[in-house]
Amino acid sequence: MAAAEREVMTIRVETDVVVVRQRVRAVMVDLGFGVVDQTKMVTAASELARNALVHGGGGEVHLESIRNGGNVGLRLTFEDRGPGISDVQVAMRDGYTTANGMGLGLGGAKRLVNDFDIVSKRGEGTRVTIARWK
Amino acid sequence: MERIPILRMGEFLIVTIQVDMHDRLATRLQEDLTETISRTSATGVLIDISSVQVVDSFIGRVLGNIALMSQVLGAETVIVGMQPAVAITLVELGMTLAGVRTALNVDRGMHLLRRSHSRSSAPEGRHGSRGT
Repeated sequence: MAAAEREVMTIRVETDVVVVRQRVRAVMVDLGFGVVDQTKMVTAASELARNALVHGGGGEVHLESIRNGGNVGLRLTFEDRGPGISDVQVAMRDGYTTANGMGLGLGGAKRLVNDFDIVSKRGEGTRVTIARWK
Repeated sequence: MERIPILRMGEFLIVTIQVDMHDRLATRLQEDLTETISRTSATGVLIDISSVQVVDSFIGRVLGNIALMSQVLGAETVIVGMQPAVAITLVELGMTLAGVRTALNVDRGMHLLRRSHSRSSAPEGRHGSRGT
């Protein structure tokens, strides 16, 4: 089965985080990524899906296979309509946590991918975009 | 209710995680293990994660908690079989799993547990000093 060019998954309950991990793994395999790349991307996706659920009250993730010249990649966009993050720079720091975590979610996810972008507005929600290239 | 089974083998408890755990399942394992250690007076816990393809910060924290809580209850925890890609990812994520004993496979993990068990139950004996 070829990787979908673009697809959307909802994140509403805890088991959705597992379903997102499994789908991201399958698409990474389809795109021909090695096992270390797969694991890094799946782990980053797991952190961000949990953030969307716990902090954003649920959301969705868009999966897109992308191309840049001869290079192939996967881009994931996580969106929620939660309260937003008041200070993104502080939230990116290791050890920062508002919930019950290690505080490695955002900063850790950034270290596991090639491209990372976050946009958050108070009262409107948060969008995190990550990509990993082959 | 979905649960990860805990097997008892003499003084030790053995857990093999063979599913992709959602957060509540991981937390439930943590609770079940602490309850079982205290009920059985187990002295060692072996957790096989060779089938686990993702350890993110939440699951990593649960593994660390299990090791700490079992220590408080007088049992030692060894995590065995971590896949190389998972180990690489954990380090980049920033999780060091400090305080968690690990071994390459079940055999080595059991050897570690038996060695510390024989040491604590027979402090003057030098059973199983192989490899120290």
